[in-house]
Amino acid sequence: MMKPWLLGCLLILGTGPTLAVEVRRFDDADKQTRYERLIEELRCLVCQNQSLADSDADLARDLRDEVYGIIQSGQSEEEAIRFLTDRYGDFVLYRPPVKPITILLWLGPILALLGGGLFLWFQARHRNTETDVALSASERQRLEHLRQRLGDKDNA
Amino acid sequence: MRFLIPLAVFAIMVIFLAIGLKLDPREVPSPLIGKPAPTFNLPQVADAAQSLSPADFKGQVALVNVWASWCVSCRQEHPVLLQLARQNVVPIYGLNYKDQREAANGWLTQFGNPYTASAFDADGRVGINWGVYGVPETFVIDKAGLIRHKHTGPVTPEALEKDILPLVRQLQGEP
Repeated sequence: MMKPWLLGCLLILGTGPTLAVEVRRFDDADKQTRYERLIEELRCLVCQNQSLADSDADLARDLRDEVYGIIQSGQSEEEAIRFLTDRYGDFVLYRPPVKPITILLWLGPILALLGGGLFLWFQARHRNTETDVALSASERQRLEHLRQRLGDKDNA
Repeated sequence: MRFLIPLAVFAIMVIFLAIGLKLDPREVPSPLIGKPAPTFNLPQVADAAQSLSPADFKGQVALVNVWASWCVSCRQEHPVLLQLARQNVVPIYGLNYKDQREAANGWLTQFGNPYTASAFDADGRVGINWGVYGVPETFVIDKAGLIRHKHTGPVTPEALEKDILPLVRQLQGEP
C-alpha cells in the first residue's frame, strides 16, 4: 500500500503543463518521440518565451499541425526544421546555427568569462605591487615619529 | 583616475540598454525578403467563385495586407489603408487570415473596403507560408513578384510615409 503523502505528490506531478497541448497519435512510437522532442526545441512566435510544445496560442497549434504532418509522412526532423526556418527564420530555433550574425551570441559567454578573468588578474597584480610602493621623505619622517612615540609608550 | 573605469563601464552599459530599449523583440526579421512571394490560389472573400493568386498582381508594385475581422489592431490601421486606397498610388490586396466569410464581409461593409481584392485563407496555411505570426502584417511586392519589405503590426501614417511609400515609389521606377 502506497503512503498517502507519496500518492498525493505523484498526483500533483501528474498534472503538468503537458496537459495544455492536444494529444497526437502517430503510426509508430519512434515518430511520436521525434515529434515530441522536436516541438520542445522550437519556439512559438506569438508567446516568444514558450516552445511550440508549451504554447496554446492558435499559431502554435497550427505549426504543431504542420510539424505533425511532416513527421507523420515519414520526413526527417531536418525537413520539419527547414519548413519553419524557411518561413520564420532562425528565430524559431532555441539553438540557432553558428553564423556571422549569431557568432556573438555563441562566443559572448566565453568572451565575458575571459574578460572578467583578465580583469581580476590585472587587479590582483596591481594590488601586489601597491604594497611595495616607496614612501616619500615626509611619510618616512612621520613613520619614524610614530615609531618613536610607540617606543616611548612601551618603555614607560 | 580610479573612478574613471566604473564610470566608463556604466556609460557603455547605458548605451547598450538605450539601444535595447529602442529594439522591438516582437519584430522577427522575415527570411522571405528578396524571395518570390509564396504562391497560392484562394477563393476571394467577396465571391467564393472567383479566385486570387499572386499572378493577379504580377507586373505591378502591390501591397499585400494580412487582416481579419477578429483582429483589433487591424481596425486601428484601417483608416490609414482606406486613405491610401483613395490616393490610388498602389493597389492593396488583402489576405484574410483565419476568418469567417460573413464576418469578413460584414467588417468590410461596416468599415470600408480598401482592397482591390481579398483572398480567403480560412485555415491559415497560406498565412504560414508567408511567415505570418501576428496580424496585421503588410508586405511590399515588386513588379517581378519578389517580397521587398515586411511591416509587422498596424501600418501607422509614419511607417507609411517613412518606409512603405518611398520604397513603393522606388520600385515603381524600376523597370
